[in-house]
Amino acid sequence: MKYMMFVCTDTEPETELEAPDIHKWVAENDANGRRVLGNQLVSPSAATTVRVRGGELLLTDGPFAETKEVIVGFDILECADLDEAIEVARAHPMSWAGRVELRPFHGE
Amino acid sequence: MNEPIFREAYGRIVATLIRLTGDWSLAEDCAMDAVEAALERWPRDGTPANPGGWLMTAARNRAIDQLRRAALADRKLRDLSLLQDLEPAPAGDDRLRLIFTCCHPALAMESRVALTLRTVIGVSTAEIARLFLVGESAMTRRLSRAKAKISQARIPYRVPSGPALAERLPSVLAVLYLLFTRGYDGEPELAEEAIRLARLLPPEPEVNALVALCLLQHSRRATRQDEAGDLVTLEHQDRSGWDHAAIAEAVGLLAGTPVTGPYAIQAHIAACHATAPDFASTDWPTLAAWYDQLARVHPSPVVEVNRAVAHGYAYGPAAGLELLAAVQDAVAGYAPALAARAELTERAGDPAAAAGLFRQAAEVATSDAERRALLKRSGAMHMS
Repeated sequence: MKYMMFVCTDTEPETELEAPDIHKWVAENDANGRRVLGNQLVSPSAATTVRVRGGELLLTDGPFAETKEVIVGFDILECADLDEAIEVARAHPMSWAGRVELRPFHGE
Repeated sequence: MNEPIFREAYGRIVATLIRLTGDWSLAEDCAMDAVEAALERWPRDGTPANPGGWLMTAARNRAIDQLRRAALADRKLRDLSLLQDLEPAPAGDDRLRLIFTCCHPALAMESRVALTLRTVIGVSTAEIARLFLVGESAMTRRLSRAKAKISQARIPYRVPSGPALAERLPSVLAVLYLLFTRGYDGEPELAEEAIRLARLLPPEPEVNALVALCLLQHSRRATRQDEAGDLVTLEHQDRSGWDHAAIAEAVGLLAGTPVTGPYAIQAHIAACHATAPDFASTDWPTLAAWYDQLARVHPSPVVEVNRAVAHGYAYGPAAGLELLAAVQDAVAGYAPALAARAELTERAGDPAAAAGLFRQAAEVATSDAERRALLKRSGAMHMS
């Protein structure tokens, strides 16, 4: 079962406790096969939004939604079920410093 | 579905069929069909020797029929072979799996409660909609969304073990306690179902505490209202009408249970009342100390008001009024807070001010029974 893990910022991050280490997280989940692919993304100010309307290409400078929380990375996880995906997600430093969203792939 | 045997069997059948087929709707439909078949046949042919087994077999045969008819796709064929060697033995485990799946924290709280009512207890969608004060079609959509999420996000059909059990238990307990309190407010069958389901859970301290708490609150069910349907306060309840067997069981459970969370504290509070021979001989200082502890771990306006009342009886009305004044903003417009202030003011020797406060409390009361009880108090004191 594949899950897209959107890695986002949050306006109320954990401030007291120290978040887990990202390098350890990547190494561990690459080794056990639960992380299929993933990367950081550059700031949404560098985003380009693309639409085609009436056959015409429309480009917008910036992300498709202006929000305080922005997606700063993603990982594709391969897990047995949601509980396993949650265990992987909770060990990611950005679920402490930000928030992560787990979305199952369609038709898996 | 009003017979306990059907409610008990329904959850067991649904739980087993979901484990075997992964199809929630099929499981619910077949369980309901089996109950309907029993209601039709048992009065005519006599109740079978093993009613639960009869219902399980009827539901399983119905499921096999439906799967066979459903075009025998590859996956369905596999389900069919699973159903044919259905082992009745691990039924308890299946029900636990079902409860933990319905109460998974990845589902919204309201969905967890609705799904538990529908799937574990077999309450109709129309009835659940009525409990939640929403339309039936809205509830149907909510239940479908929850089931779709379970399947699409692959929420596992499993009782968590190890440290995960401790993490997931609070969500299950919260759902069961909510079912219980809904029952407490006028659906006694729901209250009994909540107690029955809680007894199925692993015997962790907070589980035992919740069972004890529910038993203690439920033990007063026969005395909480008078013939006119008006609320009877603890002080005026006929204690001989309490369920003393339930109280004894709860007190026994608590004796062997360490205090690890809010349910245990609330259960000890309920036990203080339940074991007092009459209102005047309640152990108020002990009760006040439990409320102090509850206010620390689980602060809420309700807790603060009850804490003030307990201190009022333990250490005099002035002590209670002082605590109430300290939380005045948090409890503004909350009828029980005004009623408590009225009660303490009366005991402090100012009946005129107390009557006015009871009337104010009646104005913001949320139920007719509560309003009538408060007006009665204000009137009674005017006459005296």
